[in-house]
Parts: sequence; structure tokens; C-alpha cells
Amino acid sequence: MGSFHLTKMSLRNLFKKPATKMYPVVAPTYTSRSKGHVTCDMKECILCNICEKRCPTHAIAVNKPDETWSIDNFSCIQCLSCVRACPKACLTMEPDYTKAAFTKSTVTLHKPELTPEEKAAKEAAEKEKAERIAKAKAAKAARDAAAAASE
Amino acid sequence: MGKRTVIPFGPQHPVLPEPMHLDLVIEDERVIEAIPQMGFIHRGLEKLVAKKDFMQFVLVAERICGICAFGHSLGYSETVEALMGIEVPKRAEYLRVVWHELSRIHSHLLWLGLLADAFGYENLFMQCWRLREDVLDIFEETTGGRVILTACNVGGVEQDIENSELAGIVIRLDAMRSEYGELLKTFLKDRSVKSRLVGVGYLSKEDAFKFACVGPFGRASGLEDDVRMFGFGAYGDLAEFAPVVSNDGDGYARCEVRALEVLQSIDIIKEMVDKIPDGPFNQKIKGAPEDGSYSSSRLEQPRGECYYFAKGNGTKFLERFRIRTPTSQNVAGMVQTLQGCELADVPLNVLTIDPCISCTER
Repeated sequence: MGSFHLTKMSLRNLFKKPATKMYPVVAPTYTSRSKGHVTCDMKECILCNICEKRCPTHAIAVNKPDETWSIDNFSCIQCLSCVRACPKACLTMEPDYTKAAFTKSTVTLHKPELTPEEKAAKEAAEKEKAERIAKAKAAKAARDAAAAASE
Repeated sequence: MGKRTVIPFGPQHPVLPEPMHLDLVIEDERVIEAIPQMGFIHRGLEKLVAKKDFMQFVLVAERICGICAFGHSLGYSETVEALMGIEVPKRAEYLRVVWHELSRIHSHLLWLGLLADAFGYENLFMQCWRLREDVLDIFEETTGGRVILTACNVGGVEQDIENSELAGIVIRLDAMRSEYGELLKTFLKDRSVKSRLVGVGYLSKEDAFKFACVGPFGRASGLEDDVRMFGFGAYGDLAEFAPVVSNDGDGYARCEVRALEVLQSIDIIKEMVDKIPDGPFNQKIKGAPEDGSYSSSRLEQPRGECYYFAKGNGTKFLERFRIRTPTSQNVAGMVQTLQGCELADVPLNVLTIDPCISCTER
């Protein structure tokens, strides 16, 4: 029995730094695993849509024709489903939280404009692919014709 | 004999963080009967198994309650693993126990703080919550979340904790133990705490058994009932486990059981960290629960035994998922403690069962 069991701790606390931080004046310390918000490296993104399908709250939207990737940070629950599912590992969980806002909004990211070299490389790759397809089609037609002739 | 009056208590009441309604039939200042009424925050989460597949539902299960968040994701995962016959890697089982026991520490510290607040010891309340912050910091460093961890999933855990990090957690818990010792001394030996708790809300062992009370509430009345002693998961590898039991059955005994369980949890975490094997912590899940298969599992949540039931239908969506929570078990016992108590003791008696209405109503 007694009444002053907490006095020692109380006196000690008088000379200690406060346990709390004056957020948001003092910036919070994030850990490397802190779940803040999801971002996408649009250079790497292939707009495959898997993140959109895996998102349990439908926060992510991928628009293939417009080449955009957008996220509603107010709906995102930071479950990391999209980050784990991404085949190109272009989604990352940033440790800092998004700012509070008066209205809900989505963040939309666009595919970056290609440099002339990249554009040329892409066109060359597409041309080569089209040629390959045409070649394969011609070969198949020749095979079919030969098979029909032998019958 | 005075005139009988009915006083409504809740659903909005300063002592209740969550809504629950009690009709208190009082005579003078004494409660003759208490009639509970629940269902104010029913969200229909169990029904969501029809919309979220069995891998995604763990996120919903976790959001049933903020304090038992990890426990519910663990209970759900264990049930679905039993349903599909999945064997979890040993390391994942150990990590699950570490997180679950950390959850117990933070839940009990939260409750001890609320109890101190209820009997007007503000300083003690704040010190308890300050210590609890350390546990939440450990959660953030290991999983990235402070309350909703998203650490457990069917087949294992989502992320590993390095062995060096585990050793760091033990060092921090040891540092916490010495500070917690001072709080423990205050809770168990302080005159003002004792004068407010001893003899308040008595529940006999017979009544606790009759009303099937679980968790620290039942253990404070002498029931030796703790799911951890059956050795499910990594609990089976503990060298010894004996539940913390008190025979007094009053508010002080409930405070004592929970306060000592914090130390017990620290010991369990230390043992787990000493014994943790290396290896994988997760595995890929293929297929879906079979049609007509069903399974159940039990888990010792901070508030007591929680029962989970799942039924598969051959698709990736479960047919049925059901939880019976510790608070729904303990409400009958709480009503019993309220009968005959002083009106001023009602908030304290309601608090000593550690009610979690979010879990109960889901």
C-alpha cells in the first residue's frame, strides 16, 4: 500500500523531452516500411492493368488509349496488393502521407513524351514486328497452299 | 423501499468509446437490473465474403476492429488455411505469434489506461498510453502500419522481420519492462487504485462458468481458460505456458490479470525470438476452398477466446464466414456484475470486461 508510486516517473518526465511531436510543425519520422502513398514510375509502366484488377477498393484506374495511370489516394488503403502484383516493379509505396484536402481528388500520371531517339527505336521495333508478322503470315499461306496442292 | 426508475445508459456515453445501450433499472442508487441492447454499429462485414475473394477478405477481416486488427486477420487466415489444408512455414507461425503478442501488449496497455482514466487517475492513464506508443512504433517499423498492419495473409505473413530487427524489438521491450514495472506497482499497490477497484463488480467462479465468460474477465474469476495453452500454431513450441489466473473475481483481479499478461506476452515474444527458425515466411496459394468444405478455429484475442467458422463453395468466394467474439460471450457476465452494484460503479463495471463493440457487431 502507498500513494506515491508514480512520483518518481512523474519527476523524471519533467526533465525529459516530450513524448509527442508538434505535428505538422515538426516533420514526422517515417520508417523505410511506412505506408504513405503509392506512386508509379510511368517510364517503366506497361499499362497492363493488373494493379487496377488487384486493388480491393478500386482506387487505381488505368487508361490504355490515353496512356494514363491514376490513383484516388482517398480510397487507397495502402494494402500493397498493387505493389506486390506489378510485373514490372514500377509501383512503389512512398513512406510519406498525402496531404489533407477539402475535396477528394485523383492523381493522374501520364506516359512521358518520348525523345526522338526513343521514338525512332520504338518505330523501328514496331516496323520489325510488323515485318515479322507479315513474313510469318506469308510462310503460313505458302504452307497451306502446298498442303492443298498435295491433297 | 425506493421507487424504481429506468435510466438509459448509452449508446453515447463518455465512458464508452463505442456505442452500447443499457437500460438500468435502479432503486435509490442501486442497480436492480441491467438490460443491454446492441446493434448500433452493425456493418455486415461477414457478408462481404460474397464480394471479396478469400485472399482479399483478410483486409476486411482486419478492419473489423482497430485494436484486435492483427488478431482477426490471423484468425481468418488460420481458418482458411484449415479449410484448404495449407501448411504455413514455421517462420511465419513464429512471426504471427510475435505480432499477436505485441497486439496483446498494446491492447492491454490501452485498457489499463482507460481504466486509470475511469477512476480518475489521469497521470497513470497518460503514462500507459505513452508506453503503448512504443509498441505502435514497433508495428510501424516492422509492417508499415500502426493500427491496421496488413501483415498476415493466407499462407503466411506479408513481410519478414530480420533476425537483427527481432533482437532490437526484444531490447526495446526489455527497456519497456522496467518502466512498465513502475506502472504495475501503481496499479497493484496504490491505495487510491485499490480503494476504487477492490470488491467492485464481483463475479463468482460459478457465475463465470455458467455465463461462459472468456478471456481475462473469466480468468479473473478463477476460470483457467486460455486458448494459448492448447498450443495452436507456434504456441505449441513454448517451453511452458500457464494462464494468469486470479480468484478474487472483482475489478482489481481483472486489472491484475491484464497487467500481468503484459509481462507474460513480453516473455512469450522473447522465447519466440530465441527459437525462431530461418526459412520462407510465405507461400503461394493456388486453387480455392472446395465445395462443401468447412473449418473452424479458435484464437486467444486480447479480450478472450474468439471463434471463427468458414465454409467453402468451390469458388474463390467463401460461402459463409462467421466470428463469435469474446465480448459477445462476456456481456452476460457483465450484466450479472451490474446487478446490485452502485450507479456510480456502472461505468467501471462496463469497462472491466474490456468491451469491444466493433468486433461484436461486425
